[in-house]
Amino acid sequence: MEKKVLLGNEAIARGAYEAGCHVATAYPGTPSTEILETIARDYRNIKAQWSPNEKVALEVAAGASVAGARSMAAMKHVGLNVAADPLFTFSYTGVNGALVIINADDPQAWSSQNEQDNRWLARAAKLPMIEPSDPQECKAFTKLAFDLSEEYDRPVIVRITTRIAHSQGIVEIQDRKEVPVKPFVRNPQKYVMLPVHARPRHVFIEQQLLKLKEYSETSGINRIEWGNKKRGIITDSVAYQYVKETCPDDSVLKIGMVWPMPDAMIREFAAGVESLYVVEELDPFIEDYVKALGFPCTGKEIIPLCFELTPDIVDQALNGRGHASPYPKYESNPIPPRPPALCKGCPHSFVFNVLKKLDLNINGDIGCYTLGALPPYSAMHSQGCMGASIGMHLGFEKAHGPEMARKSVAVIGDSTFVHSGITPLIDLVYNRGTGTVLILDNRGTAMTGHQDHPATGVTLMGEQTHELDIAALARAVGVKRVVTADPAKVEEFERIVREEVAAEEPSVIVSLRKCILKK
Amino acid sequence: MKNVIFAGVGGQGVILASKILMEVAMNAGYDVKESEVHGMAQRGGSVDCNVRYGEKVHSPLIPRAGADYIVSLELLETMRKMEYLAPEGTLIVNREKVDPAPVQTGAMQYPADIEEWVKEHVPGSVFLDTAGALKEAGSKKALNIVMLGVLSNYLEFTEEQWAAGIRSLVKEKFVDMNIKAFTLGRGLKA
Repeated sequence: MEKKVLLGNEAIARGAYEAGCHVATAYPGTPSTEILETIARDYRNIKAQWSPNEKVALEVAAGASVAGARSMAAMKHVGLNVAADPLFTFSYTGVNGALVIINADDPQAWSSQNEQDNRWLARAAKLPMIEPSDPQECKAFTKLAFDLSEEYDRPVIVRITTRIAHSQGIVEIQDRKEVPVKPFVRNPQKYVMLPVHARPRHVFIEQQLLKLKEYSETSGINRIEWGNKKRGIITDSVAYQYVKETCPDDSVLKIGMVWPMPDAMIREFAAGVESLYVVEELDPFIEDYVKALGFPCTGKEIIPLCFELTPDIVDQALNGRGHASPYPKYESNPIPPRPPALCKGCPHSFVFNVLKKLDLNINGDIGCYTLGALPPYSAMHSQGCMGASIGMHLGFEKAHGPEMARKSVAVIGDSTFVHSGITPLIDLVYNRGTGTVLILDNRGTAMTGHQDHPATGVTLMGEQTHELDIAALARAVGVKRVVTADPAKVEEFERIVREEVAAEEPSVIVSLRKCILKK
Repeated sequence: MKNVIFAGVGGQGVILASKILMEVAMNAGYDVKESEVHGMAQRGGSVDCNVRYGEKVHSPLIPRAGADYIVSLELLETMRKMEYLAPEGTLIVNREKVDPAPVQTGAMQYPADIEEWVKEHVPGSVFLDTAGALKEAGSKKALNIVMLGVLSNYLEFTEEQWAAGIRSLVKEKFVDMNIKAFTLGRGLKA
């Protein structure tokens, strides 16, 4: 069999291809971005697209599924928050063609605003969740997810983490299984979630979860690897690899399907070992479950709740083995860090120089320009999630009155504006705000690697398409003062910012200059 | 199992160097895993790859004091990875300096005593001037491959195996240049 070294994300793309996936959607977000990029590059018989945000991505994938296609939506962990609304109700409708959701968590918050543990979302949405522990499993589990989805009429979530997404390993390559798109069959009782339809669907999905629990017990996706019976360790995801490396003689219960959990297997395992441990990243998801089944175990007392695990942490916690360096510490000089920073000549740097000079309160957003919060600019004072800048900017004005809007701005990038900035801009006009919104249009989704979006006029597959006109859109929602300016023309740009912030009505400045890294 | 860390700064080709090593190790029949950092860390930041190969590899991360080789494409980056060097491990360091932002702005100084300190505390460390080899190869971008050539002297694979690895991962029009860079690196003396 042909073997290839693949990144976890590339292996997921390969798995979707081999499973006969027809439609794949996403909004870019580290650490999930390479999944759709790989599909668009290597597997062009899958219809792949960037959607404006994760909610839309999931809805398009769900539509394709209901219409009969094997479909997939990929996103980072906070993206699944955006898509939570469709997630929870498409759980009720179920699928026609398979619907697979790839969810990429980010322990350590390497490239994210939080470290939330999305295993809870699978449980809350009553959806099966499977967790690969290396690139080979990334491919195998993704393929499996397509089959499970159709067999059990459930969307299936594949949860990876940064360390799974961005690790490489050997993957066995197989052929694509061509699966015909099924016909769409009208069935409002299944696909229209009126309350009268939703109630019986709730009963149905609880029944499906019981069937999936049976699968979780018997299919081999969860497995006991008996070793020394003195200590048994329950573990999932990449933590499994750290346990196998540092505790090779212990018994291990490897969790590949983390929801629903295999109760009988946990009972058998707990009964078979003298002491029981749970090793998992982030929250005590498995640990709480095992304790609720009535089995005392050691977990978060010794395994950190915050940040990513490493083999060192696991070895120290379970075996008391430190991995001290045999070399002395270099202490003669401080080692200068290489903090992430705006590039030399970055369009955002011109903007932040002006905003800093004017000493404004700056409601920021998610993108490269969040680095404006750091020196030498130190010019951002709030930032939370995609699109929050504009709503928060209006909230500032509601708290202190219009004079607050005379000394504040919202700053948001082009891709983030399209993702989640349009609705709050409508709110700012509707609720009689008077603030200024700067839309930093650098012609792409720069932070994640210059992906296209609706305002670049090019699709993921490289096709030309309608180019969303951001300035016209701002006018259409009722902003009368809309000006487009080049931030590198510093004096003019400063004059425009002064004027627009001073104006006692809503205004939008489109700061237009291409990212210097973009070809 | 062999553990190799490649360290450098964004744009130096650390990931390609580790991909070639993985390809060579896989084709020689080994299991292989690697871990790398993307995203925010790439905006002018430090980049490192952990590569591990052997009969069976579990963790994609190398434990502290576990690296047999640290190949550093930039002088300062060596120091960030020092705690990962195993007892008897080997440091292979390109002397080139790329100033971090705090040095560019004058807020901090680039430590002047790194080579001296390393040579004192890590006997057998190899420091290299790569400028000549890069000039002869015809591209500064080949630094990663020159350093791979240096590393190849310590590993078991043949020149043919390395050339095959390069051929399968480098764009066709750059293959000859990269194989030349590799050979120059392999012959480079500290």
